Amino acid sequence: MDVILGPWPWYVGGALVAIIMLMLIILGKSFGVSSNFRTLCSTLGAGNSCDFFKFDWKAQRWNLLFLVGAIIGGFISVNYLSVNQVSDINENTVAQLHQLGFESAGKEYIPSEIFGELSLKNILILSIGGLLIGFGTRYAGGCTSGHAISGLSDLQLPSLIAVLGFFIGGLFMVHVLFPLVF
Amino acid sequence: MKNLVYIFLGIVFGIAMYKAEAASWFRIYEMFNFQSFHMYGFIATALLIGAIGLQLLKRYEAKDIKGEKIKVRPKEKSIIRYLIGGVLFGLGWALVGACPGPIFVLLGAGVWPMLIVIVFSLLGTYLYGIMKDKLPH
Repeated sequence: MDVILGPWPWYVGGALVAIIMLMLIILGKSFGVSSNFRTLCSTLGAGNSCDFFKFDWKAQRWNLLFLVGAIIGGFISVNYLSVNQVSDINENTVAQLHQLGFESAGKEYIPSEIFGELSLKNILILSIGGLLIGFGTRYAGGCTSGHAISGLSDLQLPSLIAVLGFFIGGLFMVHVLFPLVF
Repeated sequence: MKNLVYIFLGIVFGIAMYKAEAASWFRIYEMFNFQSFHMYGFIATALLIGAIGLQLLKRYEAKDIKGEKIKVRPKEKSIIRYLIGGVLFGLGWALVGACPGPIFVLLGAGVWPMLIVIVFSLLGTYLYGIMKDKLPH
């Protein structure tokens, strides 16, 4: 049981994600989560004020169902497949995070300093992060699933450029902005 | 019945992302500090199996269930949109510690503040929609 209830190794996670991508392609679809944001905007009526959202969103219903599945998957993981799973990160990372003020590093799955309390600062972090994710993924035409997994698996150059961008942005955030934010 | 397939694949995806910790803010931070092989191994495994699988499907001219030839839709050629868009997404990814998939996985896991991220992601997508024609692509 420990094999199931404990953290799963990276090769199991990576292999499952690849199989899911291949299954979706065989089903005549594609693996890309962020396009759901555009679909959701359309279902909320954004097509009335902006042409970008005027498309046949009902053809994307399968992807919204995939998203519903992902939510259920998170629920099942926490309630039935885990016993208080803690992210067992490198001890240097833990020490570094303690210095930044993250006492939860090495003790929790995600930091309660950000997700535990809805302080003004945390609300700002989550809203600005959300804006960047929503705007950036659509501008880049995809996120980690569409570019880093699907696009790179298909050896597409645009996806390589996008993933390079993901890393430039991520490295800048963690190494330059984090010391100013936290 | 066909709808259930997508929900099922989503569930497996959600469980894989949560249990293998690709949905962990800490793992993303660790990755951007190059202090563990974990996330790199995760992505490399997915790419290796994904790339080999795709090549095999193409070589044997496999058809999808609609009878069409297997292919991944080619992304349009450009550099600027992928670079700028990618950097903006990367900033958000590192800050929230979750890309779009894990945002929803964590919502299901009971991390309610993800609702704020989702609302603002929708707003960000909408902003892109109205600014699209003025941005370099």
